[in-house]
Amino acid sequence: MLALKEVGKTYPNGVHALERFSAEIQPGEIIAIIGGSGCGKSTLLRAIAGLDRASTGSVSLDNVVITSPHAKIGIIFQEPRLLPWLSVADNIDFGLADLPADVRREKVAAALARVGLADKADAWPRELSGGQAQRVAIARALVPQPEVLLLDEPFSALDAFTRRDLQDHLLDLWADTRPTLILVTHDVDEAVVLADRVLVMRPRPGRLFQEITINLARPRDRKSELFDTFKRRVLTALDRSLDRAVRDPADKSSAGEAMWW
Amino acid sequence: MTVDLPALEQTAGPAAAPARWQRYARPALGLLLPVVLALGWELVVFLGYSNGRLVPPPSKVFATIAELAKSGELSRHILATLWRVGAGFALGVVAGTILGAISGYWGLARRLLDPTVQALRAIPSLAWVPLFVLWLGIFETSKIVLIAVGVFFPIYLGVMGAILSVDRKIVEVGRVFRLSGPAMIRRILLPAVLPAYVVSLRVGLGLGWMFVVAAELIGASEGLGYLLLDGQQLGKPAQILAAIVIFAILGKLTDWLIELAAAPLLRWQDAFGARGGA
Repeated sequence: MLALKEVGKTYPNGVHALERFSAEIQPGEIIAIIGGSGCGKSTLLRAIAGLDRASTGSVSLDNVVITSPHAKIGIIFQEPRLLPWLSVADNIDFGLADLPADVRREKVAAALARVGLADKADAWPRELSGGQAQRVAIARALVPQPEVLLLDEPFSALDAFTRRDLQDHLLDLWADTRPTLILVTHDVDEAVVLADRVLVMRPRPGRLFQEITINLARPRDRKSELFDTFKRRVLTALDRSLDRAVRDPADKSSAGEAMWW
Repeated sequence: MTVDLPALEQTAGPAAAPARWQRYARPALGLLLPVVLALGWELVVFLGYSNGRLVPPPSKVFATIAELAKSGELSRHILATLWRVGAGFALGVVAGTILGAISGYWGLARRLLDPTVQALRAIPSLAWVPLFVLWLGIFETSKIVLIAVGVFFPIYLGVMGAILSVDRKIVEVGRVFRLSGPAMIRRILLPAVLPAYVVSLRVGLGLGWMFVVAAELIGASEGLGYLLLDGQQLGKPAQILAAIVIFAILGKLTDWLIELAAAPLLRWQDAFGARGGA
C-alpha cells in the first residue's frame, strides 16, 4: 500500500506548492489526480517518485519511506525521454540493470511485442512518431515490473486519436500485472476513463479538494450517459476547486446539460 | 571540415531519382573551381603570358613535391610536423578534456577555474612564443607546448559547455533507474556530450595545424613550416606552395580520420546533416 501522510512541499524560492496532502492507495488501484495549474499535482508525483523530497510529511510504500527513486516505483513523463543514442530495444533494456543478458533480451522482446513495436526494435528514437515513442517509454517503465507506476500527463502531447488509443492500451497493459497507477492529468475524459478514484486538487497552495470514486465497470464506454454523469461530477468539483461560479448541482440534471459544453 | 548542404536544399533538390553518378557528382562539383583555376594558370604560363616565377604553375609545384619525395626529404619533414601536431594535440586534448570535465561537472571548480582560463584564452596564443622559447628552449618542447595551448582552449570550452547543456530531463531518467555516479557518467553523460566533443576535437585539431606552422616558423631545421621559411629565404615559391598543398592534404586527412572514427558513435543523431539511409 502506498501511504501519503500530510505531504507538503515548499520550494527553496518560497513557493508553497503542496500542503498536507494525505491519501492511502491500495495495490492495483488506478488514481487520477486532476486540478488547475499550480495545484501541486506534479510536485506530488515527483515526491512519490523520490525525485524531490517532500518538505513535510512522508511517502511510504509498504511501510518503507521513499526518499529517493525506488526499484518498485516507475514513472512515465509527459515527454517520452528516450535516450537518443540507444536503439528502441536498448532503451527498454535501460530499465533492467542487474539481470543476465539472455533474460533481459527476452524481456525486452516481450515488452516490445506487448506494445506492438516488435518491428521497431532496432530503430532509433528519432525515427518514431510521438505515440510510438510514448509507447516505448511505457514499455521501458513497465519492464522492471514496478508495483507503482506514476504517469505525469503522459498523453497530453499527443493528438486526440493517439491519446485514446494509448489510454486503452495502458489499461490493457495494466491488466497484465495490475500495478498501482497514479496518473496526473488535466484531461477530465482521461481521468474518468482510467481511474477508480479521481482526486481533485485546488491550487495555491496545492491541497486535496475532493475525492470522486468512479465505480464504473471496465471497459468504459466514453459515450455512455453514466460516463457523462461522472465527467460532469469531476468538472463540477474542478470548477468549485477554482472558486468558479457553479450552478446548483441539482438543476444540472434537469435543464441545461448542454450548458457544460 | 565538411560543409553539408542546408536541409532545405537537400529536400528540395531533384533528389527524386538519386542516380549513382550524383553521389560522385556533388563532391566533384566542389573540385571544379580549383581545377579550372589551376589548369587556367598552367595554360597561361605554358603559353608564355607569364613567366610563373612568383606564382609557379601547378606542374612545377608537383614537380617540387616529387623531387622532395624522391630525395626522402619530404617524409622527414612530414614526419617531424606530424609528430609535433600529434604530441601537442594529445597533450591539449588530455588537459582540455580533464579540466573541461571538472569545470562542467563541479560548480565550485567552475567558479574557481573558469575565470582564469577565460582570461588566458583572451591572450593571443602566439604571444606566448617568446616566453615559451625562454622557458623551454627553442627545440621541440616549446613547439609542442605551443600547439598544446592552441588545442587546449576549444577542447576545454567544448567539453565544459557540452556537460553544462546536458538535458536535465535525460539525467532524471538515469535517476529514476537509480544509476550510480559512475554509471550515470558512462551511460548518460558521456554519450550526451559526445557530439559536441567530436566537434571540439575537430576545431582543436584545426588549431593544432595552425599553431604548428607558427611553432616551426620560430626556428626549426625540419618540418613543413621549415620548408615554408626555407622557400621564402631562398626565393623558391614552388617549395612554399608545395608545403601549403601538403598542409592542406594532411589537415583534411586528419580531420577526416576523426570524423570517420566518430561516425559509428554518432549514427543516432537527429540533425540536418544526418542522411536518411545512414
